Amino acid sequence: METPLSWIKAFVPDLNCTDSEFADAMTLSGTKVEGYRRLDKNLENIVVGKILKIEKHPDADKLIVCQVDVGEKTTQIVTGAPNVKEGDLVPVVLDGGKVAGDHDGGNPENGVKIKAGKLRGIESNGMMCSIEELGSTRDIYPEAPEYGIYILPPDAPVGSDAIAFMGLDDTVFEYEITSNRVDCYSVMGIAREAAATFNLPFKYPDVKEAGNDEKTEDYISVEIKDRDLCSRYVARVVKDVKIGPSPDWMKKRLRASGIRPINNLVDITNYVMLEYGQPMHAFDYSTIADKKIIVKRAKDGDIFTTLDGVERKLDSEVLMICDGQKEVGIAGIMGGENSMITEDVKTVLFEAATFNGTNIRKSARRVGLRTDASGIFEKGLDANNALAAMQRACSLVEELGCGVVIGGKVDVYDSLPEPKRIPFEPDRINSYLGTDISREDMISYLKRVEVEYDASSKELVCPTFRQDLLGFADTSEEVARFFGYDKIPVTFPDDPECVGSLPFKLRVEELARNVAESFGFSQGFCYSFESPAVFDKLMLPADAPERKAITISNPLGVDFSIMRTLSLNGILTSLSTNFNRKNKDVRLYELGNIYIPESLPLEKLPDERMQLTFGFYGEGDFYTMKGVIEEFLLKAGMNKRPHYDPESGRPYLHPGRQADIIYENEKIGFIGQVHPLTCKAYDMAKAEVYVAVLDMPKITQKAVFDRKYSGIAKFPAVSRDISILVPKEVLEGSIEDMIIQRGGKILESCTLFDIYEGDQIVTSHKSMAFNIVFRNREKTLSDDEVNAAMKKILNGLSSMGIELRS
Amino acid sequence: MIMENLQSIQEKALKQIEEAGALDALNEVRVAILGKKGELTSVLKSMKDVSAEERPKIGAMVNEARDQIEKALEEAKQKMEAAALNERLKREKIDVTLPASKEPKGHRHPNTIALEELERIFIGMGYEVVEGPEIEKDYYNFEALNIPEGHPAKDEQDTFYINGDILLRTQTSGTQVHEMEKGRLPIKMISPGRVFRADEVDATHSPSFHQVEGLVIDKNISFSDLKGTLVEFARKLFGEDTKVKFRPHHFPFTEPSAEMDVSCFKCKGKGCRFCKGEGWIEILGCGMVHPHVLEMSGVDPHEYTGFAFGVGLERIALLKYEIDDMRLLYENDIRFLNQF
Repeated sequence: METPLSWIKAFVPDLNCTDSEFADAMTLSGTKVEGYRRLDKNLENIVVGKILKIEKHPDADKLIVCQVDVGEKTTQIVTGAPNVKEGDLVPVVLDGGKVAGDHDGGNPENGVKIKAGKLRGIESNGMMCSIEELGSTRDIYPEAPEYGIYILPPDAPVGSDAIAFMGLDDTVFEYEITSNRVDCYSVMGIAREAAATFNLPFKYPDVKEAGNDEKTEDYISVEIKDRDLCSRYVARVVKDVKIGPSPDWMKKRLRASGIRPINNLVDITNYVMLEYGQPMHAFDYSTIADKKIIVKRAKDGDIFTTLDGVERKLDSEVLMICDGQKEVGIAGIMGGENSMITEDVKTVLFEAATFNGTNIRKSARRVGLRTDASGIFEKGLDANNALAAMQRACSLVEELGCGVVIGGKVDVYDSLPEPKRIPFEPDRINSYLGTDISREDMISYLKRVEVEYDASSKELVCPTFRQDLLGFADTSEEVARFFGYDKIPVTFPDDPECVGSLPFKLRVEELARNVAESFGFSQGFCYSFESPAVFDKLMLPADAPERKAITISNPLGVDFSIMRTLSLNGILTSLSTNFNRKNKDVRLYELGNIYIPESLPLEKLPDERMQLTFGFYGEGDFYTMKGVIEEFLLKAGMNKRPHYDPESGRPYLHPGRQADIIYENEKIGFIGQVHPLTCKAYDMAKAEVYVAVLDMPKITQKAVFDRKYSGIAKFPAVSRDISILVPKEVLEGSIEDMIIQRGGKILESCTLFDIYEGDQIVTSHKSMAFNIVFRNREKTLSDDEVNAAMKKILNGLSSMGIELRS
Repeated sequence: MIMENLQSIQEKALKQIEEAGALDALNEVRVAILGKKGELTSVLKSMKDVSAEERPKIGAMVNEARDQIEKALEEAKQKMEAAALNERLKREKIDVTLPASKEPKGHRHPNTIALEELERIFIGMGYEVVEGPEIEKDYYNFEALNIPEGHPAKDEQDTFYINGDILLRTQTSGTQVHEMEKGRLPIKMISPGRVFRADEVDATHSPSFHQVEGLVIDKNISFSDLKGTLVEFARKLFGEDTKVKFRPHHFPFTEPSAEMDVSCFKCKGKGCRFCKGEGWIEILGCGMVHPHVLEMSGVDPHEYTGFAFGVGLERIALLKYEIDDMRLLYENDIRFLNQF
């Protein structure tokens, strides 16, 4: 909402403050000023000049030499403008003055300084201004020539300040209006807030009861068929219409509000819409069949041409304004081409109606046409305002002399909103705000916004335009706003019972971050939604359960259309970004949810599972990744040995370099090298990428942060190294399993320290060497005990086809 | 005779010690004088020829000579060792300005750094951290927050829908309702999490971002408590000299509502490019929990009151770390992440 301060002052005549004071005060009382600009920014020393004489420039075909009366003197100005003639009144910037725009249509920050000089040898003591040089546009000043000087109207006083004359000595404020304050989408609403903010009287506009002694009923009848969508329809008629320009005061206000003046009739509807926040429509009465207006829903598939000449497809939820035979307008959105006002209109039918805001919003969206009017209607207007706006419009018609207003009105409604009554509870308000405001002060704050105190019922009576005032909390806010949020004290909740804490799940996630980062992995953030094409990149078969993903019904595009069921895509995409930007040795991790539906289409909320995803390329290999995982598990107190099942069968991983991670017989995640084809699909064919994913709900279940000290071993350990010959297909993990199982209680650790294939070893076998450590925590171990344990281990290994190397 | 002998042995020894250039030479002196077959030892051996009365006197003299020599030997040894050590240390001199060798560590995402800072502040003030679902029922995201069907706020938020009833939450405020429904009062919680809105990706928008919701419900919670809490928060996050301004605003689920601005931490409120010349930066929305919201979630608004607030995490991260493009947060370019 953009409004000139001068218009606000018309309602609050005593308002006297600087622009910044106004902006600050309004913002602090709840009408947020987004910004403001002086209309005369960079306009200096510009007066009304009268062109007395025009001569050709002796040395330039395209230039003319003008003698211009600028009040105290006549000065010579050379111009190339083609449109001026003797007798014209023009804005003239004198030597040393400034204009806002340059010749190329730009608006330099500090304007353009104008100095006297010579043009092709002829003295020129200033410049006549185009509308662009005055910092405006032909959009707002349609009468300005496309190329040339802006010609002022004949009543402009020669020598006077042209900026003041044009109404540019004003400031336009832009407000952010919150959706609850429908009443503030109007100059009057903002002015009312200004009056309340500065505690000054508010002056309503001067509205005269317009109309001759004819009756509107004789001209028009109105029937509302769909009363759920239209709660009020006010119609009035103006005959003997004289279309012409609006007066300057109205044009200035429209222009400053960013609206282009068109003609008196159109300007009045626009003016009233800005002033009252009530959109109006004007029909050419001669096009209305059967003197009848019917408000009803369209039929599915109806085609209707709006006044912008575009055919619109309608459906049965779009409300239409019809005459006795046809549709003449889309209610609240735009009128029809078939009933629009033209220059030779004789009689006009004015409409001021109240439509269902939600319906207008949805219709505008479906029809694909959002207008200024629909933008206001969709907020849901006060039906009482419709008549007030109509009366204002008719009063203006008479004031501007643009027609004869027919007496009376046709006003159809079931019921009108009544002022809301809210119990006045000053003590509760004070305890709610933490303040100590007197009852009388509260009443006076509320009175400023026309909320009256009814002493007999101890109730507050709220005007109907304040649809947001519904209960105790709302009245508290009104009191708080005008008492001043800044004056409310600063205290703390008194709550000895509350103790701050981070839940276990988040502590495990924090640990994951710490461990990941200690291994050089940096944290990435990835999107939750992705493209279904991801499944193909990951080479998942058509019946893979991961493909059963939740679909967003209105996504930003197919690339963001499904909720991810596995987390790899994010990290692979990020690795690819880095790889293609030539970043070396990149290690990333991510903590983010996947979304697993119980069934599709979705009936219950899905299972949101936090995934800890690691990915890297560059330095490191499968075992690097394994080290990260095991360190994390260990730090999470999961100190049992994880197992790795190479038969995990994940198509997106290297078939010989992948494993499910098994802990306490439960799958908690997987690890592997990314399949070269998947790498290629992610545009990093040349990268060797390793990933691992841990399913955090499982980790959170198994993690323990409690630690118990078990003493430092007092008795010596016995260490034995064995070198064994192992059939190639036997996994190292299964050897460790066997050693641990056979080693018994006294086994402290077993560690692989050498692995060798090649010369001196039969090709079907590999050589491995383990260091096995025994210890009894209670006593010193005897050789016999250790030998017995070793024997058991070797027997076990031998059952796996493993021999001791000599 | 023995006495002269002793004298000359001692003098010779001291001279040799003084002349010894290395530890080996010293050792030779020791062996030659004090060793089993050493000169001094042989003097001792010849003690048997000395008369009984003279023996103690001679004995004392021998011991005296031995002590002197040993002392000289020790001193010389220490001197040599010190010199050798100095020599070694000199040799071991390194160029301390050579590059450090580092274990490369990963970097935390700025969002997380900001979140952890927020969490620390609020946990310190007694808040519990709770989470809510990202895919949510319409009821919790809208209706229970005073945003019924047809409410303009529902449209303003450009919601991603799964179906008519299930959506991607547009705000973390739904966790307020979940917490209240648990029926455990008082409540003092913050709830961080991911939210979604149908905004195209650009420098200042992302279809997915993060909020931190706050909720306090107890008997006698007032707007002044809200102010106190958030002023404290702002000072902890942006510095003790931060000024705070509350402006009336509108949120359907709070009344009165406010937006909180903090004085620009870059220019300290003077106005700069960073705060667009205003000296203030908008940080969060807040307000007293709407009585109707309390009621809908089973909390009696006559007995209990509360306040709520919502902070945009990315907004804090972008401001605090002066990141000029939101897209950087989701690209995960290591050259960006390495700066945190």
